[in-house]
Amino acid sequence: MMDALDGNAIAGVLFDVFGAEMTTAIGVCAGCGSSRHVAEAVVYARAPGTVVRCRSCLSVLMVLVTRAEITCVDLRGLAGFEPAPNPLPREG
Amino acid sequence: MAGAALLGRLNWQLASVVELIDETARVRSIALDPPEWAGQRAGQHVDVRLTAEDGYQAQRSYSIASAPEDEHLLLTVERLDDGEVSPYLVGELRSGDELELRGPIGGYFVWEEPLGGPLLLLAGGSGIVPLRSMLRHRAAIDSTVPVRLLYSSRALDEVIYRDELVGLSTDSEVDVRFTLTREWPEGWRGYRWRIDRELLEEVAWAPHERPLVYVCGPTAFVEAAAGGLVELGHDPGRIRTERFGPTGG
Repeated sequence: MMDALDGNAIAGVLFDVFGAEMTTAIGVCAGCGSSRHVAEAVVYARAPGTVVRCRSCLSVLMVLVTRAEITCVDLRGLAGFEPAPNPLPREG
Repeated sequence: MAGAALLGRLNWQLASVVELIDETARVRSIALDPPEWAGQRAGQHVDVRLTAEDGYQAQRSYSIASAPEDEHLLLTVERLDDGEVSPYLVGELRSGDELELRGPIGGYFVWEEPLGGPLLLLAGGSGIVPLRSMLRHRAAIDSTVPVRLLYSSRALDEVIYRDELVGLSTDSEVDVRFTLTREWPEGWRGYRWRIDRELLEEVAWAPHERPLVYVCGPTAFVEAAAGGLVELGHDPGRIRTERFGPTGG
């Protein structure tokens, strides 16, 4: 079993796809409704495919597959995906 | 910050290797001079890409060890024996070579002065790298935000940036502590066990002091540290984590 990483590890490929820094974006899980920064998601990276899962319920949020410099992204596990202001505001 | 011309695109570029520094037997720092560098935020990383003669490419992310204010971009890389990229970076790369990279990348595991503190930095192994960038940045801007660092290593000779980190304690607002989990030199006065609730209770600011926490290390270290802090009553919204693993090789 490979160790899971987190969403920080896919910052580069997400930037490729969305043209912006996305690890501070908030993803809402379609499975359990929990809402977290993309950086906090559970990431299984095994080239050419990367599976991104919800840290609360482990539902699949995103699948990214890169072939010949083209990345396909399946976001069907996300009920919402909103860019966050950058830098992150002070919390609390 | 990145200029408008760079928005929407991360460009690969060739950076010259200016200097190589052996940090430990398995860890080397690489000072680089990228031609187009708009500066980074403390805690960000870069992607490094190696291309073989037959065109095969391997790409990995490495945290930036230098502060934005430092002269060169510094990466610190641990050799993973079964890795595709790190054995080359630690063992083969020479001064004057060029390395293909893009960045800076990431906006979550970042500390800047307006985020405040007090700061609690928890590092496992080479997880110290982005935290070193934060510590150097804090010093470079003369910040007075109080910091506590707990750094977990297997043995003293695996502690990266040892002299520099010990030297930081001359700042009365910086408290640096080490735990060694496998081997201890004679007379070792630091901690002697893996990060757990007891160790966090010793080191961490109390939950009511609302520390801003950055945890970086192997997945198991991060889970133990972040989980332990939440159990102690810390606000999960003030704990930022970054995990690395073999795919970082």
